[in-house]
Amino acid sequence: MSKLSIQSLTKTFGSGDKTVTALENVTLEIDEGEFTVVVGPSGCGKSTLLNIVAGLELKSSGQAVLGGRRITGPGSDRGMVFQSYTLFPWLTVRENVEFGLRIKKMPKTERAEIARKYLRLVGLAEFENALPKELSGGMKQRTAIARVLANSPDMLLMDEPFGALDAQTRLQLQDLLLDVWREEKATVLFITHDIDEAILLADTIHIMSNRPGRILESIHVDIQRPRDHRVTLTPEFAAIKGQIMDLLWNEMS
Amino acid sequence: MATTSKNRCFAPGTGLTLLSFLALLGLWSALAYTGSVKELFLPKPHKVLTAFVQMYEEGILLTYSWDSIYRVMVGWAMAVVVAVPLGMFIATSRRCAAVFGPLMEFARYLPVVALVPLTLLYFGIGDLQKFMVIFLGTFFQLVLMVADSTARVPKDLSRAAATLGASRAQTYRLVLVPGALPGIMDDLRITIGWAWTYLVVAELVAANSGLGYMILRAQRFLAIDRIFAGLIIIGLLGLGTDFLFKWLTRITVPWSEKA
Ligand SMILES: Nc1ncnc2c1ncn2[C@@H]1O[C@H](COP(=O)(O)OP(=O)(O)OP(=O)(O)O)[C@@H](O)[C@H]1O
Ligand SMILES: [Mg+2]
Repeated sequence: MSKLSIQSLTKTFGSGDKTVTALENVTLEIDEGEFTVVVGPSGCGKSTLLNIVAGLELKSSGQAVLGGRRITGPGSDRGMVFQSYTLFPWLTVRENVEFGLRIKKMPKTERAEIARKYLRLVGLAEFENALPKELSGGMKQRTAIARVLANSPDMLLMDEPFGALDAQTRLQLQDLLLDVWREEKATVLFITHDIDEAILLADTIHIMSNRPGRILESIHVDIQRPRDHRVTLTPEFAAIKGQIMDLLWNEMS
Repeated sequence: MATTSKNRCFAPGTGLTLLSFLALLGLWSALAYTGSVKELFLPKPHKVLTAFVQMYEEGILLTYSWDSIYRVMVGWAMAVVVAVPLGMFIATSRRCAAVFGPLMEFARYLPVVALVPLTLLYFGIGDLQKFMVIFLGTFFQLVLMVADSTARVPKDLSRAAATLGASRAQTYRLVLVPGALPGIMDDLRITIGWAWTYLVVAELVAANSGLGYMILRAQRFLAIDRIFAGLIIIGLLGLGTDFLFKWLTRITVPWSEKA
């Protein structure tokens, strides 16, 4: 049985004659340990999909089930990394990473240890006492990833987490995410509109249509792992990229 | 260059600030000592200094100042204690916003000066009436300002907290309160300035102590030097309060981009 199961999910915003249908009949399955990426045109409902899985948004119909349990609200079993910087500015880097553990009432020394472990994993061990305002954008997102991992969620949800970063930092963080994913055996649902990023990261790519968002096609990426950004130069990569671009071009015209 | 600026013990710009005050004093002296403005309207600076000394010796300088400070603090604190929680609730609860929002908007357009006669009728001329004038002058605005500061805490921070397992109450306590704090500190700083204004209004109308009363009495005796002395004290107290709040902001929210 799959880890996350989304069945004919539909989401309509607003009421009366001003309704907007953001998602229509979206169905997809994600297996344990799978890296799933959703790509699609701007405004097609990608964030809406992720927010529903995160429990931050209510569905209109259909269902989303994680590990056999229906999703009804937000919870620490699904960690989310946002495109905007969401570190708490009044907490140090380590206190940010400890946030979820503090809520779980874990003793101080124990949670500091866990926080340090994940800060090491994302390469920020020396910055544990820094304040967010002292970090670069890339460092902020690394911390956000560590914060989510420290909470040991069943699933990682990422909504264009690298969208606000410059090209080089983005490459670094993509490679870092691949390492982390392998090490943690995480199940990931990742959203992007960067096709290269999608192919580099994904086991499966779901391509969404224009609004109302539907799944147009699901593509398996069989490029050998472990990967890093050099795979973007291979012919297999180019073939998949061509296929996705055709789909999206058709959708846009 | 970097090291010299680090070793300086005053904030950059202190010299310019001092200069602006000196320029004002210079202009005043020029107008007063040359007799371009009649002494009836503009006292000579040294006369004002003498007025300070006299009032100090009469024992009214400190007691009146203290009376005014006390009234501002209590009246303003009464407003703060109610306005801060109420403002936060308005920002976070739609129902609360529906109940109180328009009411506050209505009330804040009532000119406080027009309410002074009513406060005299209801509360007499004692300290309570001063508190009420200050309260009415700052409360409604402060509620709306706090609501605004709370609403400006990025939604994604609360959403991130929720996905990390925080309940609504925990999100409130651990995200909204600290997140709104820099804005609220600013709101407090601004409204305590207004509190001073309304205090002086209240004291000018009816009081038997305080800086406003001192100015009013000086005017009756055409003691322009004392009027100026009173104005200078009020200005200095305002300046001091502002400094105090900037310092408090640095202490309480050192993480803020403003600090
Ligand atoms: N709270 C809301 N109320 C009304 N409409 C909304 C709301 N949230 C999203 N929408 C609409 O739903 C549609 C999908 O929005 P969504 O944010 O999911 O798109 P997206 O695919 O994430 O876009 P982008 O790539 O630009 O981030 C958009 O047309 C948007 O205007
Ligand atoms: Mg989006």
